[in-house]
Amino acid sequence: MSVKLELGRVGQIVPRADGIPKTTGEFAYSSDLQAAGMLWGHTLRSPHAHARITEVDISAAVAAPGVHAVLTHEDVPGAKLYGLEFQDQPVLAIDRVRYFGEPVALVAAEHPEQARRAAELIRVEYTPLPPLADAETATEQEPLHPERPTMGHGYRDDPRPNVVRSLVIRHGDPDAEGDVSVSGVYEVGIQDQAFLGPESGLCVPDGEGGIDVYVATQWLHVDRDQVAPCLGLNPEQVRIHLAGVGGAFGGREDLSMQIHGSLLALHTNRPVKIVYNREESFVGHIHRHPAKIWMEHRATRDGELVNVRARILLDGGAYASSSTAVTSNAASFACGPYQVDNALIESLCVYTNNPPCGAMRGFGAVQVCFAHEAQMDKLAAALDIDPIELRLLNALQPGDRTPTGQLITGPLPVADVIRRAAGLPVPEPEELPRDPLRLPGGSGNTTRGEGVKRGVGFAVGFKNIGYSEGFDDYTAARVQLFADGSAEIHCAAAEVGQGVAGVILQVARTELGTVDVTLAPHTTAMVGSAGSASASRMTWMASGAVRDACRAALAERERKGGGDVDVERIYRHPRTSALDPETGQTTGERSHVAYACAAMRVVAEVDVELGLTRVVWIGTAQDIGKAVNPQAVTGQIEGGTAQGLGLALMEEIQTRDGLITNASFTDYLIPTTLDMPPVVSELVEDPDPDAPYGAKGVGEPPTVVSTAAVVSALRAATGRELTRVPVKPDDIVGL
Amino acid sequence: MRIGLRVNGAPHEADVWEGESLLYVLRERLGYPGSKNACEQGECGSCSVLLDRRLVCACLVLAAQADGHDVVTVEGLAEGDRLHRVQEAFVAAGAVQCGFCTPGLVVATADLLEHTPDPSHDQIREALSGNICRCTGYAKIFDAVRMAAAG
Repeated sequence: MSVKLELGRVGQIVPRADGIPKTTGEFAYSSDLQAAGMLWGHTLRSPHAHARITEVDISAAVAAPGVHAVLTHEDVPGAKLYGLEFQDQPVLAIDRVRYFGEPVALVAAEHPEQARRAAELIRVEYTPLPPLADAETATEQEPLHPERPTMGHGYRDDPRPNVVRSLVIRHGDPDAEGDVSVSGVYEVGIQDQAFLGPESGLCVPDGEGGIDVYVATQWLHVDRDQVAPCLGLNPEQVRIHLAGVGGAFGGREDLSMQIHGSLLALHTNRPVKIVYNREESFVGHIHRHPAKIWMEHRATRDGELVNVRARILLDGGAYASSSTAVTSNAASFACGPYQVDNALIESLCVYTNNPPCGAMRGFGAVQVCFAHEAQMDKLAAALDIDPIELRLLNALQPGDRTPTGQLITGPLPVADVIRRAAGLPVPEPEELPRDPLRLPGGSGNTTRGEGVKRGVGFAVGFKNIGYSEGFDDYTAARVQLFADGSAEIHCAAAEVGQGVAGVILQVARTELGTVDVTLAPHTTAMVGSAGSASASRMTWMASGAVRDACRAALAERERKGGGDVDVERIYRHPRTSALDPETGQTTGERSHVAYACAAMRVVAEVDVELGLTRVVWIGTAQDIGKAVNPQAVTGQIEGGTAQGLGLALMEEIQTRDGLITNASFTDYLIPTTLDMPPVVSELVEDPDPDAPYGAKGVGEPPTVVSTAAVVSALRAATGRELTRVPVKPDDIVGL
Repeated sequence: MRIGLRVNGAPHEADVWEGESLLYVLRERLGYPGSKNACEQGECGSCSVLLDRRLVCACLVLAAQADGHDVVTVEGLAEGDRLHRVQEAFVAAGAVQCGFCTPGLVVATADLLEHTPDPSHDQIREALSGNICRCTGYAKIFDAVRMAAAG
């Protein structure tokens, strides 16, 4: 893909450069790729959540029609384990499977159906083991990873079995008493990213022992650094190229088919393509952590928060993925964007035999926002204070300290987003009877709306931008200026649909003062790491790197007096520091680079007799720093809101003893055109001086806040506590 | 088995395995990868095509059923370099993010406007309810449909 910018500098509405090829069908996604002599790969997966493997017999599969290779763990030439942060996951199961769908063997064949059928002929002898499916008892069970892969990395040394990470934040006097106290227990089900483009890619041997991998991913260089050791290759022998990405939302941070396809391609010396189907996609990537959260808020009679005490339990599933950072985020944001002088927050993530969990949009902040906002509504009711006034009274602001002891130095307009969201006019109630399409449950509602009740809800949330806790977070960009005045930009920032390719071109045009700018294909072969397209960081980081590289290129051309120029620059955001393992307090000036907040007001209707819901209207105000492309920003807010609405009302991966029972779009529901109301977005621009052009990330805050805001509206309509998401019809009716 | 069909006006023949879907044959045998493979069970609409001018999910049609029939895919909507008005509207309205749902939505919207040139908001919602988008929250898709309807 080679794209050219037609219009626009930083701050302007710019149509996507890839918009036209995406509407004509010409844009090449990772599942669209072809190569001469290509074979199809397929992965045999475990039908058990927990079992020993006693024998694997591949002989029948090898002899099946069209089959070119059948591989097991014995065929992995390098490291047998890999992982995003901790190498705890087998490339192919060795003697034990720890989750339903864990890869066991690989097949390459001429036709995808031949590969599937051959995989069915592989005979795997399993001895089922009792699955550890209850996170609450995980620390009392036999360890799933006796070697404790996440320990010894500066985290609190928790000796209990199956601890991925435990973190305790002690802030002020954790025993401080208030005049009133409210408490609750909140649960969040497993949400799936459900990106539409299935995991897929094409692996092409280079004829010299190396490999080119064309894949949909979020972080090219960290893919390379995981793939190469398992293949027994040097990093430069593995080149990862970004193929068209059909959405990501965190679910492409971890590897899927990259190592598997490469093994098959190198083994057969043929290009190999792997495309998951939807069922395989549901088991082929990590999910949002399900959570159980115990929370108590203590406040003065006037509504000032005195103390927040929380216990957070996250089910990490079978492998670590990015669970350690999710554990920390859940703790960091457990109190919400409020000034709290005293807090005791315990956050624990455990290994189980449930589906592995890792990154999904909102990353730990979603789960706790649902809990702290339910608590704020409960506190407002207990004190008979308006819930919006209660939030304004306690709103965090620059100069305050968070429970991790971090002084807020950058802009954080919490009170402003609350006022602006609260000030949006809500629509008038609609009359009954009306077209069933506008009733809760839509045309499935056979009443005349006799049981329909309306409620208005509100929520506020916040989240960090960028990687935290001392991670060396950087992005490289390379700028080539040519004698004819044109320029080419290289940056490995993954375009996953969010629009970072457009941001890069807008920045380059702004800095270079020319429209003749091309963005080269994203690849590890031409430029250094961009870091991950996650944590709402990519606009901030890519803007910084491209800006710095453009300015350096112009200076270099000036110094040379013209001609071609080629420079690469690395941008780092301000340094962060680790949290103290015993107190959870920051060990430097800050553990998070920056924060962004959002407030949301929701109008919902509920049929209290049928348990059906209809979200009528959503209004939100979001702290964005500065809009690089206002159309793309509102697109992120609307889409992020939809994902939070999905978690509130319908989205949950269901399991039974660790087995996923709804791995399809028939049974895992995501919002459609009939579920989404209009979303009114107020962009609150308070430029962050630490951020290039003042632009904070925008992708996650809407997802953080919308689940909480939608359920707040349902509570207002039903009068019920609704302590678990997704809210089910039975919960609404009170069964 | 051997089948013959017209795709975007052009005649094609293909040797297919009986179990192959129209979607597979379009994408993997005939060089029309524009129709997308998001769920392959008729739930998401990403593979929407017109079969004898009727909107269908290509994943639910066996290739053998398309033998002797006319298929229009997303690749067949533009005329040369001139985009279909629905395609133009999707780009201008910002209705495209990752774009994986876009081909199906473009075909479904073109079909809607063919039959209902000036749809109400609820008609748009209902007509596109079989096309799942995970990125946009649909707001800009609604804008695009209205923009295309207005010409």
